[in-house]
Amino acid sequence: MPTRRIQRDRKGGYRLRLPADERELLRSLPAQFREVLQTDDPSLRRLFPPAYLDDDDADDEYRRLMREELLEGKLTALRIVEETAGSDHLTGEQLEAWLGALESLRLYLGTQLDVNEEMHETLLDPDDPGTPALALYGYLSWLQEQAVEALSSSLP
Amino acid sequence: MSQTIEAPVEVRLPEGDEEYRHEPPWIVIVWNDPINLMSYVTFVLRKLFGFSKEEATKLMLQVHNEGKAVVSSGEKEKAEFDVARLHAHGLWATLRQD
Repeated sequence: MPTRRIQRDRKGGYRLRLPADERELLRSLPAQFREVLQTDDPSLRRLFPPAYLDDDDADDEYRRLMREELLEGKLTALRIVEETAGSDHLTGEQLEAWLGALESLRLYLGTQLDVNEEMHETLLDPDDPGTPALALYGYLSWLQEQAVEALSSSLP
Repeated sequence: MSQTIEAPVEVRLPEGDEEYRHEPPWIVIVWNDPINLMSYVTFVLRKLFGFSKEEATKLMLQVHNEGKAVVSSGEKEKAEFDVARLHAHGLWATLRQD
């Protein structure tokens, strides 16, 4: 199995080369996360950030107008990952959805784990109960980096 | 750093812009956060605002090193629209009047 999971192909699409267990993980994560998204879990705060820092009224109004749309976009991206986790090829639109779903998952996990910028270099402590989530966060970051690289090569 | 000194040119603004010129523009600020990948921030800035790779990288580094950067400005509606697009991409962005 090659290391690189996502690569641009010659036909303007993207080749997806994932081992079966990773496909299974990526198929199952959206369903779990969809449930979290319907809750008021405080670790979701980075997914719905404030637009105004010093005007609560304006921020409430912004949220009233935008929150539903923002949530809808995130749910759509999760659904696309769920549906295409078994594919060998993705269109640009589908890979953008993957990028968005990976972003949402990382924002949630990263907030929950309270990651800092140096964390990428820390070793995984087998005695720390947060280690599996940190390992998952690392994996999703690694995959997102590849999605960014593949999509960046298509920008003008 | 050297600078070319240009001769002063009198600029005549079109009439009717008077009111607009007195209204300070709204600015869109992207804030640093420990989660977003540097490559991802660069990609989003290129995709949403059409910056070149060099321009987007410079702004991303400003966010990373200084904590924030102004990525767009204009009328309030446009600034709010830009913030919403940045939020849809997971970036931490806010707007305020300059």
